[in-house]
Amino acid sequence: MSSSSTVSGHLAASGLAEVASSEASLRRFLHGLPGIDAVGLQARAAGLGTRSIKTTAKAYAIDLAISMIDLTTLEGADTPGKVRSLCQKAKNPDPGNPDVPHTAAVCVYPDMVPFAKDALGGAPINVAAVATAFPSGRAGLPVKLADTAEAVAAGADEVDMVIDRGAFLSGRYLEIYELIAEIKKACERPDGTAAHLKVIFETGELVTYDNIRRASWLAMLAGADFIKTSTGKVTVNATPANTLVLMEAVRDFRSATGIQVGVKPAGGIRTTKDAMKYLVMVNEILGDDWLSPDWFRFGASSLLNDLLMQRQKLASGRYSGPDYVTVD
Amino acid sequence: MALFDYAPAPESRAAAGDIASTYGHFIDGEFVESTGSEALKTVDPSTEEVLAEFAQGTEADVDRAVAAARKAFTSWSALPGAERGKYLFRIARIIQERSRELAVLESIDNGKPIKETRDVDLPLVAAHFFYYAGWADKLEFAGYGSNPRPVGVAAQVIPWNFPLLMLAWKIAPALATGNTVVLKPAETTPLTALRFAEICRQAGLPKGVVNIITGDGRTGAALTAHPEIDKVAFTGSTEVGRAIARTLAGTTKRLSLELGGKAANIVFDDAPVDQAVEGIVDGIFFNQGHVCCAGSRLLVQESVHDDVMDALKRRMSTLRVGDPLDKNTDIGAINSAAQLARIQELTAAGEAEGAERWSPSCELPSAGYWFAPTVFSNVSATHRIAREEIFGPVLSVLTFRTPEEAVAKANNTPYGLSAGIWTEKGSRILWMASKLRAGVVWSNTFNKFDPTSPFGGYKESGYGREGGRHGLEAYLDV
Repeated sequence: MSSSSTVSGHLAASGLAEVASSEASLRRFLHGLPGIDAVGLQARAAGLGTRSIKTTAKAYAIDLAISMIDLTTLEGADTPGKVRSLCQKAKNPDPGNPDVPHTAAVCVYPDMVPFAKDALGGAPINVAAVATAFPSGRAGLPVKLADTAEAVAAGADEVDMVIDRGAFLSGRYLEIYELIAEIKKACERPDGTAAHLKVIFETGELVTYDNIRRASWLAMLAGADFIKTSTGKVTVNATPANTLVLMEAVRDFRSATGIQVGVKPAGGIRTTKDAMKYLVMVNEILGDDWLSPDWFRFGASSLLNDLLMQRQKLASGRYSGPDYVTVD
Repeated sequence: MALFDYAPAPESRAAAGDIASTYGHFIDGEFVESTGSEALKTVDPSTEEVLAEFAQGTEADVDRAVAAARKAFTSWSALPGAERGKYLFRIARIIQERSRELAVLESIDNGKPIKETRDVDLPLVAAHFFYYAGWADKLEFAGYGSNPRPVGVAAQVIPWNFPLLMLAWKIAPALATGNTVVLKPAETTPLTALRFAEICRQAGLPKGVVNIITGDGRTGAALTAHPEIDKVAFTGSTEVGRAIARTLAGTTKRLSLELGGKAANIVFDDAPVDQAVEGIVDGIFFNQGHVCCAGSRLLVQESVHDDVMDALKRRMSTLRVGDPLDKNTDIGAINSAAQLARIQELTAAGEAEGAERWSPSCELPSAGYWFAPTVFSNVSATHRIAREEIFGPVLSVLTFRTPEEAVAKANNTPYGLSAGIWTEKGSRILWMASKLRAGVVWSNTFNKFDPTSPFGGYKESGYGREGGRHGLEAYLDV
């Protein structure tokens, strides 16, 4: 990933360095982005959803989807035992099939990070921690910074922060820009490395696609490594259409700046069929450069078992059932 | 090779049902042999494989069909509207039940992708029958008087680009209003019309209400010139439309024509760019560009020309050209060798006249009729590719500076079937729509069809409207 100094270099080279120099200039930039026609956007997402993914393509896509999962538990009732069990599942999703890839990461609350790190041991699976007063984001900056610092100190490899939707909806874009930049700094470790920063918009609360596009550019300008749709805690989470907006934004941002940013839809993606639709979008909107866990993730919990059942079906020719995958 | 390569996902060819080796006509409720001996062949344009032989309709065949329709008219027009409606509802439901079969058959005979026949053609065909079935017992409320009467026997000649959909556009309103019909499908795509004849029998439609005769332009000429018909409805080329109009001049026969187009798709600098690019692609590459209302001229505001072209080329690179029966195919085969030759001639003229040609790299099958999606930039209004209808997957890009100039350039064509406007400014959409001389104006979308919406042209794109309440008028004696 780009370090923050090269990011500012890229932004300067593309004429975007001064965009966040004032509230007024940031607003002018974000409101100058091309509009989105909602009907057309939804039609495009639905159209890509009709692609028919069969046989070898399906096998490839199922394994790719498994490897892109941020296996998630974000409940008030989370315990060390639950987190350990989740980590075992992430390492070895299907006990009967050692050739099933591991997931990309597990995603937990900050206080669960030590248990997750411990359970994963040396496995090449990241620990992502949600921070900044997840899911509402309703806390002061010092609290959010402390929340982030705790997660990073405990060994989190990735931080999933939420933006302040209230600030966004009242037009205080610079405040969000500065929040993201501050959290980005809090992701730095003493050894000079940094936890990857995912910025969650809660698209279901931003509501309009124009807002989602503006939030995407705002986060990328402020240094997000990944942009993410939702917390999974509101009524409308990831949809193909709102994820398509994020994809168009990262595509256009790379064209403008040379900086590649990842995309993570989260919440509501439960079936293999759903996952295929997202991967088709990655394939046709973003292409090969994003077809890896480094650049695309699924924030999901129940999706993994459906992928495993479909994988078993593809291998054996018959459906097994929910008792042939593990409940964790 | 791309990382995520879609494996073949072919729809079953067998789903098309049995295709007979030879077909006659459908006259007076029966499949009958032609009085002549000449037969034509219909091929699968994606492979050039012969699918079936069918009859070249003779004048005697036309006589028989018109006589059957004339005879059936007396009792059909006397039926209460609600009874006619029942037949149409029944036909609509059978079309839905047999939609997969019809979609596959249409793809095989026409060359268009199964994705389109399945998701566009067939749903619209059924919707048209449902819509006009609903009008059958409400004609007194349609605004054409308290007791509108049918015209009589309608001669209907339809094109090859949407074979079954054009049949539905013609037959559904004609039957709802109490007329009987003799329909001639195009000579490259007769199969779904002949399958529709089976559906008429399955629905128990009274004999002679729908007659289908096949053949080329000679059969069409004999039908449209027949003395015993009361109305001609034609969709096709402006040249043939003119000939029909000359034939009917001075008679009491009524005529509706839906002809060619050279529509402008107008993109302003404040357009929703990603959706505009989708609209441009839908506008010209839908159905291989074999669409009379295709957005074949892209008028783009000069200040965003480069951005739009970059986005368009990137999008065109993801279009999948190939086997029409593969569910992931976006662009199928060109319908015939003759049409392919016409597209090749006009694109060669575009290059010779100095326009800049671009196509994404795509491998075309060796057999069959194929043409890669193509865009021409640096096109001038004087170029043939800016004036003549290409009727293929070829887009000509021109620029404009102001809304007034966009209107002037959009209207600068002998045609006037459709237009598209892309802008986030609502007031400009309304202003443009009132200035554009085109029968259909789409705003922030393109090529959207609905049975409730009238469709038809200005100027050399024809006259009369099909679809909606307006579409009833062509078949009522008002």
